[in-house]
Amino acid sequence: MADPIIDDLLRELAPQVVGVLTRRTGDFDAAEDAVQESLLNAADQWPQEGVPDNPRGWLIQVAFRRMTEQVRNEQARRRREELVATQAPPEQRAAPPADEAHEADRDDTLILLFLCCHPALTPASAIALTLRSVGGLTTAEIAKAFMVPEATMAQRISRAKQRIKASGVPFRMPAAHERARRLGSVLHVLYLIFNEGYASSAGPDLQRVELSREAIRLAKMMHVLLPDDCEVAGLLALMLLTDARRAARTGPHGTPIPLAEQDRKLWDGKAIAEGIALITETLAKGAVGPYQLQAAIGALHDEAACAEETDWPQILALYGLLERMSDNPMVSLNRAVAAAMVHGPAAGLDMLKALDADGRLAGHHRFHTARAHLLEMSGDLRAAAEDYRVAASRTTNAPEHNYLTTRAAQLAATLPPEPGGVDTRT
Amino acid sequence: MKYMLLMQFGRQADFPPITTWAPEELTAHIEFMHTTNQKLTAAGELVEAQGLAMPDQARIVRAGDGGAPVVTDGPYPETKEFLVGYWIVDCESQDRAIEIAASVSAAPGPGGKPLNMPIEVRQVMSGPSEEL
Repeated sequence: MADPIIDDLLRELAPQVVGVLTRRTGDFDAAEDAVQESLLNAADQWPQEGVPDNPRGWLIQVAFRRMTEQVRNEQARRRREELVATQAPPEQRAAPPADEAHEADRDDTLILLFLCCHPALTPASAIALTLRSVGGLTTAEIAKAFMVPEATMAQRISRAKQRIKASGVPFRMPAAHERARRLGSVLHVLYLIFNEGYASSAGPDLQRVELSREAIRLAKMMHVLLPDDCEVAGLLALMLLTDARRAARTGPHGTPIPLAEQDRKLWDGKAIAEGIALITETLAKGAVGPYQLQAAIGALHDEAACAEETDWPQILALYGLLERMSDNPMVSLNRAVAAAMVHGPAAGLDMLKALDADGRLAGHHRFHTARAHLLEMSGDLRAAAEDYRVAASRTTNAPEHNYLTTRAAQLAATLPPEPGGVDTRT
Repeated sequence: MKYMLLMQFGRQADFPPITTWAPEELTAHIEFMHTTNQKLTAAGELVEAQGLAMPDQARIVRAGDGGAPVVTDGPYPETKEFLVGYWIVDCESQDRAIEIAASVSAAPGPGGKPLNMPIEVRQVMSGPSEEL
Protein backbone atom coordinates (compact mmCIF):
# COMPACT_ATOMS: atom_id res chain seq x y z
CA MET A 1 0.00 0.00 0.00
CA ALA A 2 1.99 2.90 -1.29
CA ASP A 3 -0.50 5.76 -1.08
CA PRO A 4 -0.89 6.86 2.56
CA ILE A 5 -4.28 8.52 1.97
CA ILE A 6 -5.72 5.43 0.29
CA ASP A 7 -4.03 3.30 2.94
CA ASP A 8 -5.79 5.22 5.74
CA LEU A 9 -9.12 5.07 3.97
CA LEU A 10 -8.86 1.31 3.45
CA ARG A 11 -7.95 0.67 7.07
CA GLU A 12 -10.88 2.74 8.24
CA LEU A 13 -13.32 0.95 5.94
CA ALA A 14 -11.98 -2.58 6.50
CA PRO A 15 -13.88 -3.43 9.72
CA GLN A 16 -17.10 -1.92 8.36
CA VAL A 17 -16.96 -4.08 5.26
CA VAL A 18 -16.16 -7.23 7.24
CA GLY A 19 -19.10 -6.34 9.49
CA VAL A 20 -21.60 -5.88 6.65
CA LEU A 21 -20.63 -9.11 4.94
CA THR A 22 -20.50 -11.15 8.14
CA ARG A 23 -23.97 -9.99 9.11
CA ARG A 24 -25.31 -10.76 5.65
CA THR A 25 -23.74 -14.18 5.17
CA GLY A 26 -23.24 -15.34 8.73
CA ASP A 27 -19.75 -16.51 7.76
CA PHE A 28 -17.09 -14.39 9.46
CA ASP A 29 -14.22 -16.59 8.28
CA ALA A 30 -15.08 -16.35 4.56
CA ALA A 31 -16.12 -12.69 4.78
CA GLU A 32 -12.85 -11.75 6.43
CA ASP A 33 -10.82 -13.57 3.76
CA ALA A 34 -12.82 -11.94 0.96
CA VAL A 35 -12.39 -8.46 2.43
CA GLN A 36 -8.66 -9.00 2.71
CA GLU A 37 -8.59 -9.75 -1.02
CA SER A 38 -10.74 -6.74 -1.87
CA LEU A 39 -8.38 -4.51 0.14
CA LEU A 40 -5.40 -5.85 -1.80
CA ASN A 41 -7.27 -5.19 -5.07
CA ALA A 42 -8.11 -1.66 -4.01
CA ALA A 43 -4.53 -0.93 -2.93
CA ASP A 44 -3.51 -2.13 -6.37
CA GLN A 45 -6.10 -0.35 -8.50
CA TRP A 46 -7.06 2.87 -6.73
CA PRO A 47 -3.70 4.64 -6.95
CA GLN A 48 -3.84 4.27 -10.76
CA GLU A 49 -7.56 4.46 -11.48
CA GLY A 50 -8.54 6.89 -8.76
CA VAL A 51 -10.64 6.29 -5.65
CA PRO A 52 -14.22 5.28 -6.62
CA ASP A 53 -17.09 7.60 -5.68
CA ASN A 54 -18.34 5.13 -3.13
CA PRO A 55 -15.21 3.35 -1.85
CA ARG A 56 -17.10 1.46 0.82
CA GLY A 57 -19.63 0.19 -1.72
CA TRP A 58 -16.82 -0.79 -4.09
CA LEU A 59 -15.15 -2.89 -1.39
CA ILE A 60 -18.44 -4.54 -0.41
CA GLN A 61 -19.21 -5.44 -4.03
CA VAL A 62 -15.76 -6.84 -4.76
CA ALA A 63 -15.60 -8.79 -1.51
CA PHE A 64 -19.11 -10.14 -1.96
CA ARG A 65 -18.26 -11.26 -5.50
CA ARG A 66 -15.25 -13.10 -4.07
CA MET A 67 -17.45 -14.82 -1.51
CA THR A 68 -19.94 -15.83 -4.19
CA GLU A 69 -17.20 -17.22 -6.40
CA GLN A 70 -15.86 -19.08 -3.42
CA VAL A 71 -19.22 -20.66 -2.72
CA ARG A 72 -19.63 -21.58 -6.43
CA ASN A 73 -16.22 -23.20 -6.60
CA GLU A 74 -16.91 -25.00 -3.40
CA GLN A 75 -20.21 -26.27 -4.73
CA ALA A 76 -18.71 -27.36 -8.03
CA ARG A 77 -16.10 -29.30 -6.12
CA ARG A 78 -18.72 -30.87 -3.96
CA ARG A 79 -20.82 -31.86 -6.98
CA ARG A 80 -17.77 -33.46 -8.54
CA GLU A 81 -17.26 -35.41 -5.40
CA GLU A 82 -20.95 -36.31 -5.48
CA LEU A 83 -21.56 -34.83 -2.11
CA VAL A 84 -24.78 -33.16 -1.18
CA ALA A 85 -24.53 -29.43 -1.44
CA THR A 86 -26.02 -28.12 1.74
CA GLN A 87 -25.63 -24.45 1.09
CA ALA A 88 -28.18 -22.31 -0.69
CA PRO A 89 -27.26 -21.43 -4.27
CA PRO A 90 -25.60 -18.04 -4.49
CA GLU A 91 -28.49 -16.65 -6.60
CA GLN A 92 -30.72 -16.88 -3.56
CA ARG A 93 -28.42 -14.79 -1.49
CA ALA A 94 -29.11 -11.13 -1.68
CA ALA A 95 -26.10 -8.96 -2.31
CA PRO A 96 -26.04 -6.24 0.31
CA PRO A 97 -26.87 -2.88 -1.24
CA ALA A 98 -23.66 -0.93 -1.61
CA ASP A 99 -25.13 2.20 -0.11
CA GLU A 100 -26.52 0.51 2.96
CA ALA A 101 -27.03 2.91 5.83
CA HIS A 102 -23.83 3.65 7.71
CA GLU A 103 -25.53 3.60 11.07
CA ALA A 104 -24.78 -0.06 11.59
CA ASP A 105 -21.07 0.47 10.88
CA ARG A 106 -20.29 1.69 14.35
CA ASP A 107 -21.85 -1.37 15.91
CA ASP A 108 -20.24 -3.66 13.33
CA THR A 109 -16.77 -2.38 14.09
CA LEU A 110 -17.35 -2.82 17.82
CA ILE A 111 -18.80 -6.31 17.41
CA LEU A 112 -15.81 -7.20 15.27
CA LEU A 113 -13.44 -6.01 17.99
CA PHE A 114 -15.28 -8.08 20.60
CA LEU A 115 -15.08 -11.10 18.29
CA CYS A 116 -11.38 -10.77 17.43
CA CYS A 117 -10.41 -10.24 21.08
CA HIS A 118 -12.57 -13.10 22.35
CA PRO A 119 -11.16 -14.60 25.56
CA ALA A 120 -11.18 -18.08 23.93
CA LEU A 121 -8.20 -16.95 21.82
CA THR A 122 -4.58 -16.85 22.95
CA PRO A 123 -3.19 -13.30 23.14
CA ALA A 124 -0.91 -13.85 20.13
CA SER A 125 -3.76 -15.02 17.90
CA ALA A 126 -6.18 -12.32 19.12
CA ILE A 127 -3.53 -9.70 18.30
CA ALA A 128 -2.97 -11.05 14.79
CA LEU A 129 -6.68 -11.38 14.02
CA THR A 130 -7.48 -7.90 15.35
CA LEU A 131 -4.74 -6.30 13.27
CA ARG A 132 -6.04 -7.97 10.13
CA SER A 133 -9.83 -7.83 10.54
CA VAL A 134 -10.21 -4.54 12.39
CA GLY A 135 -6.91 -2.87 11.51
CA GLY A 136 -7.12 -3.76 7.82
CA LEU A 137 -3.44 -4.77 7.71
CA THR A 138 -2.31 -7.44 5.29
CA THR A 139 -1.03 -10.79 6.55
CA ALA A 140 2.38 -9.89 5.11
CA GLU A 141 2.51 -6.64 7.08
CA ILE A 142 1.54 -8.37 10.32
CA ALA A 143 4.09 -11.15 9.74
CA LYS A 144 6.81 -8.57 9.19
CA ALA A 145 5.85 -6.67 12.32
CA PHE A 146 6.25 -9.82 14.43
CA MET A 147 9.22 -11.10 12.45
CA VAL A 148 7.72 -14.46 11.54
CA PRO A 149 7.20 -15.92 8.03
CA GLU A 150 3.98 -14.98 6.25
CA ALA A 151 2.83 -18.62 6.05
CA THR A 152 3.13 -18.94 9.83
CA MET A 153 1.14 -15.74 10.42
CA ALA A 154 -1.51 -16.81 7.88
CA GLN A 155 -1.95 -20.06 9.80
CA ARG A 156 -2.13 -18.26 13.12
CA ILE A 157 -4.95 -16.07 11.79
CA SER A 158 -6.74 -18.98 10.18
CA ARG A 159 -6.59 -21.01 13.39
CA ALA A 160 -7.92 -18.06 15.36
CA LYS A 161 -10.91 -17.89 13.02
CA GLN A 162 -11.51 -21.64 13.28
CA ARG A 163 -11.44 -21.30 17.02
CA ILE A 164 -14.06 -18.56 16.93
CA LYS A 165 -16.18 -20.65 14.60
CA ALA A 166 -15.84 -23.70 16.87
CA SER A 167 -16.78 -21.73 19.97
CA GLY A 168 -20.02 -20.66 18.24
CA VAL A 169 -19.78 -16.99 19.24
CA PRO A 170 -22.49 -15.17 17.30
CA PHE A 171 -21.79 -11.96 15.38
CA ARG A 172 -23.66 -9.69 17.70
CA MET A 173 -23.03 -7.39 20.64
CA PRO A 174 -22.16 -9.32 23.83
CA ALA A 175 -24.99 -9.51 26.37
CA ALA A 176 -25.04 -6.78 29.02
CA HIS A 177 -23.83 -9.07 31.82
CA GLU A 178 -20.65 -10.09 30.00
CA ARG A 179 -19.99 -6.80 28.27
CA ALA A 180 -17.56 -5.43 30.87
CA ARG A 181 -15.43 -8.57 30.82
CA ARG A 182 -15.36 -8.68 27.01
CA LEU A 183 -14.49 -4.99 26.83
CA GLY A 184 -11.64 -5.72 29.24
CA SER A 185 -10.30 -8.34 26.78
CA VAL A 186 -10.45 -5.85 23.90
CA LEU A 187 -8.58 -3.19 25.88
CA HIS A 188 -5.98 -5.74 26.96
CA VAL A 189 -5.33 -6.81 23.35
CA LEU A 190 -4.92 -3.18 22.23
CA TYR A 191 -2.56 -2.61 25.17
CA LEU A 192 -0.48 -5.65 24.13
CA ILE A 193 -0.27 -4.39 20.53
CA PHE A 194 0.92 -1.04 21.83
CA ASN A 195 3.57 -2.64 24.05
CA GLU A 196 4.82 -4.85 21.24
CA GLY A 197 5.49 -1.77 19.13
CA TYR A 198 6.89 0.15 22.07
CA ALA A 199 9.35 -2.62 22.82
CA SER A 200 10.73 -2.93 19.32
CA SER A 201 11.30 0.71 18.53
CA ALA A 202 14.91 0.54 17.44
CA GLY A 203 14.41 3.58 15.25
CA PRO A 204 11.99 4.22 12.43
CA ASP A 205 11.75 1.29 10.06
CA LEU A 206 9.81 2.21 6.94
CA GLN A 207 9.43 -1.44 5.99
CA ARG A 208 7.53 -2.28 9.15
CA VAL A 209 4.08 -1.30 10.28
CA GLU A 210 4.40 0.73 13.44
CA LEU A 211 2.44 -1.28 15.99
CA SER A 212 2.26 1.47 18.65
CA ARG A 213 0.77 3.89 16.15
CA GLU A 214 -1.63 1.19 14.97
CA ALA A 215 -2.71 0.53 18.58
CA ILE A 216 -3.26 4.26 19.10
CA ARG A 217 -5.33 4.42 15.90
CA LEU A 218 -7.50 1.49 17.08
CA ALA A 219 -7.86 3.02 20.56
CA LYS A 220 -8.91 6.33 18.98
CA MET A 221 -11.46 4.46 16.90
CA MET A 222 -12.80 2.78 20.04
CA HIS A 223 -12.96 6.09 21.84
CA VAL A 224 -15.13 7.47 19.01
CA LEU A 225 -17.36 4.39 19.22
CA LEU A 226 -17.64 4.46 23.04
CA PRO A 227 -17.03 8.10 23.99
CA ASP A 228 -18.52 7.66 27.48
CA ASP A 229 -16.40 4.71 28.53
CA CYS A 230 -13.77 6.04 30.93
CA GLU A 231 -11.37 3.09 30.65
CA VAL A 232 -11.32 3.32 26.84
CA ALA A 233 -10.40 6.98 27.18
CA GLY A 234 -7.90 6.08 29.92
CA LEU A 235 -6.15 3.53 27.73
CA LEU A 236 -5.96 5.99 24.83
CA ALA A 237 -4.52 8.67 27.13
CA LEU A 238 -2.01 6.18 28.56
CA MET A 239 -0.84 5.27 25.04
CA LEU A 240 -0.52 8.91 23.97
CA LEU A 241 1.39 9.90 27.12
CA THR A 242 3.74 6.92 26.88
CA ASP A 243 4.33 7.16 23.15
CA ALA A 244 5.12 10.87 23.55
CA ARG A 245 8.45 9.87 25.15
CA ARG A 246 9.40 7.54 22.29
CA ALA A 247 12.15 9.66 20.73
CA ALA A 248 13.92 10.06 24.08
CA ARG A 249 13.59 6.58 25.54
CA THR A 250 16.32 4.79 23.60
CA GLY A 251 19.86 5.60 22.60
CA PRO A 252 21.93 4.07 19.81
CA HIS A 253 21.11 0.39 19.06
CA GLY A 254 17.87 0.72 21.03
CA THR A 255 19.64 0.87 24.41
CA PRO A 256 17.07 2.00 26.96
CA ILE A 257 17.49 5.39 28.65
CA PRO A 258 15.88 5.64 32.12
CA LEU A 259 13.13 8.23 32.50
CA ALA A 260 15.26 10.42 34.77
CA GLU A 261 18.04 10.63 32.18
CA GLN A 262 15.90 11.25 29.09
CA ASP A 263 16.29 14.45 27.08
CA ARG A 264 12.85 15.94 27.69
CA LYS A 265 13.20 18.32 24.74
CA LEU A 266 12.69 15.24 22.56
CA TRP A 267 9.29 14.48 24.09
CA ASP A 268 6.29 15.09 21.83
CA GLY A 269 4.56 18.14 23.36
CA LYS A 270 1.49 17.82 21.17
CA ALA A 271 0.83 14.21 22.17
CA ILE A 272 1.42 15.11 25.82
CA ALA A 273 -1.10 17.99 25.63
CA GLU A 274 -3.64 15.70 23.94
CA GLY A 275 -3.12 12.94 26.51
CA ILE A 276 -3.31 15.29 29.50
CA ALA A 277 -6.48 16.97 28.21
CA LEU A 278 -8.11 13.58 27.67
CA ILE A 279 -7.18 12.09 31.04
CA THR A 280 -8.12 15.28 32.91
CA GLU A 281 -11.54 15.35 31.29
CA THR A 282 -12.03 11.61 31.88
CA LEU A 283 -11.00 11.56 35.55
CA ALA A 284 -13.58 14.29 36.19
CA LYS A 285 -16.32 11.85 35.18
CA GLY A 286 -15.62 9.73 38.24
CA ALA A 287 -15.61 6.09 37.07
CA VAL A 288 -11.91 5.61 37.76
CA GLY A 289 -10.17 2.43 36.55
CA PRO A 290 -6.63 1.04 36.24
CA TYR A 291 -5.90 2.44 32.75
CA GLN A 292 -6.95 5.91 33.86
CA LEU A 293 -4.70 5.71 36.92
CA GLN A 294 -1.74 4.63 34.81
CA ALA A 295 -2.47 7.48 32.38
CA ALA A 296 -2.61 9.92 35.32
CA ILE A 297 0.80 8.68 36.47
CA GLY A 298 2.13 9.04 32.91
CA ALA A 299 0.77 12.60 32.82
CA LEU A 300 2.63 13.50 36.03
CA HIS A 301 5.90 12.28 34.54
CA ASP A 302 5.29 14.07 31.25
CA GLU A 303 4.36 17.34 32.97
CA ALA A 304 7.64 17.63 34.86
CA ALA A 305 10.09 19.97 33.11
CA CYS A 306 12.97 17.98 34.62
CA ALA A 307 13.21 14.73 36.60
CA GLU A 308 13.67 16.65 39.89
CA GLU A 309 10.33 18.40 39.42
CA THR A 310 8.39 15.13 39.20
CA ASP A 311 5.44 15.11 41.60
CA TRP A 312 6.42 11.85 43.32
CA PRO A 313 4.02 12.19 46.31
CA GLN A 314 1.12 12.32 43.86
CA ILE A 315 2.53 9.37 41.88
CA LEU A 316 2.92 7.39 45.13
CA ALA A 317 -0.71 8.08 46.01
CA LEU A 318 -1.88 6.97 42.57
CA TYR A 319 0.12 3.73 42.77
CA GLY A 320 -1.54 3.16 46.16
CA LEU A 321 -4.97 3.43 44.52
CA LEU A 322 -3.88 1.21 41.66
CA GLU A 323 -2.55 -1.41 44.07
CA ARG A 324 -5.91 -1.58 45.81
CA MET A 325 -7.70 -1.95 42.49
CA SER A 326 -5.51 -4.60 40.87
CA ASP A 327 -3.62 -7.25 42.78
CA ASN A 328 -0.56 -6.97 40.55
CA PRO A 329 2.95 -7.29 42.03
CA MET A 330 4.34 -5.05 39.26
CA VAL A 331 2.20 -2.23 40.63
CA SER A 332 3.61 -2.87 44.11
CA LEU A 333 7.10 -2.77 42.62
CA ASN A 334 6.45 0.64 41.06
CA ARG A 335 4.91 1.86 44.30
CA ALA A 336 8.08 0.89 46.17
CA VAL A 337 10.17 2.94 43.72
CA ALA A 338 7.80 5.91 44.13
CA ALA A 339 8.02 5.54 47.93
CA ALA A 340 11.81 5.66 47.69
CA MET A 341 11.58 8.88 45.70
CA VAL A 342 9.32 10.42 48.37
CA HIS A 343 10.61 8.98 51.66
CA GLY A 344 14.11 7.86 50.72
CA PRO A 345 15.59 4.55 49.52
CA ALA A 346 15.22 2.76 52.88
CA ALA A 347 11.42 3.04 52.71
CA GLY A 348 11.39 1.60 49.18
CA LEU A 349 13.79 -1.20 50.09
CA ASP A 350 11.57 -2.17 53.04
CA MET A 351 8.62 -2.50 50.70
CA LEU A 352 10.71 -4.59 48.33
CA LYS A 353 11.54 -6.96 51.19
CA ALA A 354 7.84 -7.65 51.67
CA LEU A 355 7.43 -8.07 47.93
CA ASP A 356 10.36 -10.49 47.80
CA ALA A 357 8.79 -12.60 50.56
CA ASP A 358 5.53 -12.63 48.60
CA GLY A 359 7.36 -14.64 45.92
CA ARG A 360 5.30 -13.75 42.87
CA LEU A 361 8.13 -11.70 41.37
CA ALA A 362 10.81 -14.24 42.34
CA GLY A 363 13.71 -13.97 39.93
CA HIS A 364 11.93 -11.44 37.72
CA HIS A 365 14.45 -9.10 36.12
CA ARG A 366 12.33 -6.02 36.91
CA PHE A 367 12.43 -6.79 40.61
CA HIS A 368 16.23 -6.86 40.52
CA THR A 369 16.43 -3.73 38.33
CA ALA A 370 14.24 -1.80 40.76
CA ARG A 371 16.17 -3.03 43.80
CA ALA A 372 19.49 -2.25 42.10
CA HIS A 373 18.25 1.28 41.50
CA LEU A 374 17.22 1.77 45.13
CA LEU A 375 20.43 0.20 46.46
CA GLU A 376 22.39 2.58 44.24
CA MET A 377 20.40 5.49 45.71
CA SER A 378 21.20 4.27 49.21
CA GLY A 379 24.92 4.12 48.41
CA ASP A 380 25.29 0.34 48.59
CA LEU A 381 26.99 0.13 45.22
CA ARG A 382 28.31 -3.38 45.64
CA ALA A 383 24.86 -4.85 46.22
CA ALA A 384 23.45 -2.64 43.46
CA ALA A 385 25.99 -3.92 40.95
CA GLU A 386 25.12 -7.50 41.93
CA ASP A 387 21.39 -6.86 41.40
CA TYR A 388 22.03 -5.24 38.01
CA ARG A 389 24.02 -8.35 37.08
CA VAL A 390 21.18 -10.67 38.15
CA ALA A 391 18.68 -8.51 36.25
CA ALA A 392 20.88 -8.66 33.14
CA SER A 393 20.96 -12.44 33.29
CA ARG A 394 17.17 -12.63 33.60
CA THR A 395 15.93 -10.22 30.95
CA THR A 396 14.97 -11.56 27.52
CA ASN A 397 15.37 -8.22 25.77
CA ALA A 398 18.76 -7.75 24.11
CA PRO A 399 19.14 -3.93 24.41
CA GLU A 400 18.00 -4.13 28.04
CA HIS A 401 20.56 -6.87 28.65
CA ASN A 402 23.29 -4.63 27.23
CA TYR A 403 22.15 -1.70 29.34
CA LEU A 404 22.00 -3.67 32.61
CA THR A 405 25.36 -5.36 32.02
CA THR A 406 26.99 -1.99 31.31
CA ARG A 407 25.36 -0.44 34.37
CA ALA A 408 26.70 -3.24 36.60
CA ALA A 409 30.17 -2.79 35.11
CA GLN A 410 30.07 0.99 35.63
CA LEU A 411 29.21 0.55 39.31
CA ALA A 412 31.76 -2.21 39.81
CA ALA A 413 34.47 0.01 38.31
CA THR A 414 33.94 2.61 41.07
CA LEU A 415 34.33 0.06 43.85
CA PRO A 416 37.52 -0.72 45.71
CA PRO A 417 38.53 -4.39 45.57
CA GLU A 418 36.64 -6.43 48.15
CA PRO A 419 38.72 -6.65 51.34
CA GLY A 420 40.38 -10.05 51.54
CA GLY A 421 38.54 -11.15 48.41
CA VAL A 422 39.53 -11.54 44.83
CA ASP A 423 38.91 -8.57 42.58
CA THR A 424 36.46 -10.01 40.09
CA ARG A 425 36.88 -7.11 37.71
CA THR A 426 39.96 -8.57 36.07
CA MET B 1 7.99 -15.61 22.83
CA LYS B 2 10.63 -16.98 20.55
CA TYR B 3 12.74 -20.00 21.41
CA MET B 4 15.61 -21.66 19.62
CA LEU B 5 15.70 -25.44 19.75
CA LEU B 6 19.19 -26.77 19.14
CA MET B 7 19.57 -30.33 18.00
CA GLN B 8 22.94 -31.75 18.97
CA PHE B 9 24.53 -35.06 18.16
CA GLY B 10 27.21 -36.48 20.37
CA ARG B 11 30.13 -38.46 18.99
CA GLN B 12 29.30 -41.13 21.53
CA ALA B 13 25.59 -41.09 20.82
CA ASP B 14 23.31 -43.91 21.95
CA PHE B 15 22.58 -44.78 18.33
CA PRO B 16 24.77 -45.71 15.36
CA PRO B 17 25.96 -42.91 13.05
CA ILE B 18 23.36 -41.78 10.53
CA THR B 19 25.60 -42.93 7.66
CA THR B 20 24.99 -46.54 8.69
CA TRP B 21 21.18 -46.41 8.73
CA ALA B 22 19.06 -48.39 6.29
CA PRO B 23 17.44 -46.36 3.47
CA GLU B 24 13.91 -46.79 4.86
CA GLU B 25 15.10 -45.66 8.29
CA LEU B 26 16.56 -42.52 6.72
CA THR B 27 13.40 -41.88 4.71
CA ALA B 28 11.27 -42.18 7.82
CA HIS B 29 13.56 -39.79 9.69
CA ILE B 30 13.52 -37.18 6.90
CA GLU B 31 9.76 -37.55 6.49
CA PHE B 32 9.34 -36.97 10.22
CA MET B 33 11.32 -33.72 10.07
CA HIS B 34 9.25 -32.43 7.13
CA THR B 35 6.01 -33.29 8.90
CA THR B 36 7.25 -31.58 12.05
CA ASN B 37 7.92 -28.34 10.15
CA GLN B 38 4.56 -28.51 8.39
CA LYS B 39 2.82 -28.99 11.72
CA LEU B 40 4.67 -26.05 13.26
CA THR B 41 3.71 -23.83 10.33
CA ALA B 42 0.09 -24.98 10.58
CA ALA B 43 0.14 -24.16 14.29
CA GLY B 44 1.35 -20.63 13.45
CA GLU B 45 4.57 -21.21 15.37
CA LEU B 46 7.42 -21.84 12.92
CA VAL B 47 9.87 -18.99 12.43
CA GLU B 48 12.75 -20.89 10.92
CA ALA B 49 14.23 -24.38 10.67
CA GLN B 50 17.63 -25.25 9.29
CA GLY B 51 19.84 -28.29 9.12
CA LEU B 52 23.59 -27.80 9.11
CA ALA B 53 26.18 -29.58 6.96
CA MET B 54 28.09 -32.30 8.78
CA PRO B 55 30.93 -31.15 11.03
CA ASP B 56 33.66 -32.66 8.84
CA GLN B 57 32.89 -29.78 6.48
CA ALA B 58 33.18 -27.22 9.27
CA ARG B 59 35.95 -24.65 9.41
CA ILE B 60 37.12 -22.92 12.55
CA VAL B 61 38.22 -19.39 11.84
CA ARG B 62 40.31 -17.08 13.99
CA ALA B 63 41.72 -13.72 13.12
CA GLY B 64 45.49 -13.81 12.70
CA ASP B 65 47.93 -10.91 12.39
CA GLY B 66 46.26 -7.89 10.87
CA GLY B 67 42.87 -9.58 11.03
CA ALA B 68 43.62 -12.09 8.25
CA PRO B 69 41.58 -15.29 8.67
CA VAL B 70 43.40 -18.33 10.01
CA VAL B 71 41.35 -21.39 9.12
CA THR B 72 41.44 -24.82 10.74
CA ASP B 73 39.62 -27.77 9.17
CA GLY B 74 37.44 -30.17 11.09
CA PRO B 75 36.76 -32.63 12.52
CA TYR B 76 37.70 -31.63 16.01
CA PRO B 77 38.45 -34.38 18.44
CA GLU B 78 37.99 -31.96 21.36
CA THR B 79 34.33 -31.37 20.44
CA LYS B 80 32.13 -33.99 22.05
CA GLU B 81 28.89 -32.65 20.65
CA PHE B 82 28.06 -30.85 17.47
CA LEU B 83 25.08 -28.90 16.26
CA VAL B 84 23.22 -30.57 13.40
CA GLY B 85 20.25 -28.25 13.09
CA TYR B 86 17.96 -25.83 14.80
CA TRP B 87 14.42 -24.49 14.91
CA ILE B 88 13.20 -21.07 15.95
CA VAL B 89 9.60 -21.18 17.12
CA ASP B 90 7.30 -18.39 18.26
CA CYS B 91 4.96 -19.87 20.86
CA GLU B 92 2.88 -18.95 23.89
CA SER B 93 5.07 -20.28 26.68
CA GLN B 94 8.23 -22.10 27.64
CA ASP B 95 6.09 -25.16 28.38
CA ARG B 96 4.98 -25.23 24.76
CA ALA B 97 8.60 -24.85 23.56
CA ILE B 98 9.54 -27.82 25.74
CA GLU B 99 6.66 -29.83 24.33
CA ILE B 100 7.87 -29.13 20.77
CA ALA B 101 11.44 -30.04 21.77
CA ALA B 102 10.26 -33.37 23.19
CA SER B 103 8.38 -34.17 20.01
CA VAL B 104 11.40 -33.54 17.76
CA SER B 105 13.63 -35.40 20.19
CA ALA B 106 11.58 -38.50 19.48
CA ALA B 107 12.42 -38.47 15.75
CA PRO B 108 12.65 -42.07 14.50
CA GLY B 109 16.07 -43.71 14.14
CA PRO B 110 17.28 -47.25 13.46
CA GLY B 111 14.47 -49.78 13.66
CA GLY B 112 11.97 -46.92 13.75
CA LYS B 113 12.72 -46.44 17.45
CA PRO B 114 12.71 -42.87 18.81
CA LEU B 115 16.21 -41.40 19.03
CA ASN B 116 15.39 -39.32 22.11
CA MET B 117 18.30 -37.06 21.27
CA PRO B 118 19.02 -34.02 23.47
CA ILE B 119 17.39 -30.78 22.34
CA GLU B 120 18.61 -27.60 23.98
CA VAL B 121 15.85 -25.00 24.46
CA ARG B 122 17.02 -21.39 24.57
CA GLN B 123 14.92 -18.26 24.69
CA VAL B 124 15.68 -15.72 21.96
CA MET B 125 16.38 -12.24 23.35
CA SER B 126 13.45 -10.66 21.56
CA GLY B 127 11.25 -10.14 24.59
CA PRO B 128 9.47 -6.87 25.26
CA SER B 129 11.21 -4.16 27.25
CA GLU B 130 9.66 -1.77 29.71
CA GLU B 131 10.64 1.76 30.45
CA LEU B 132 13.15 1.71 33.29
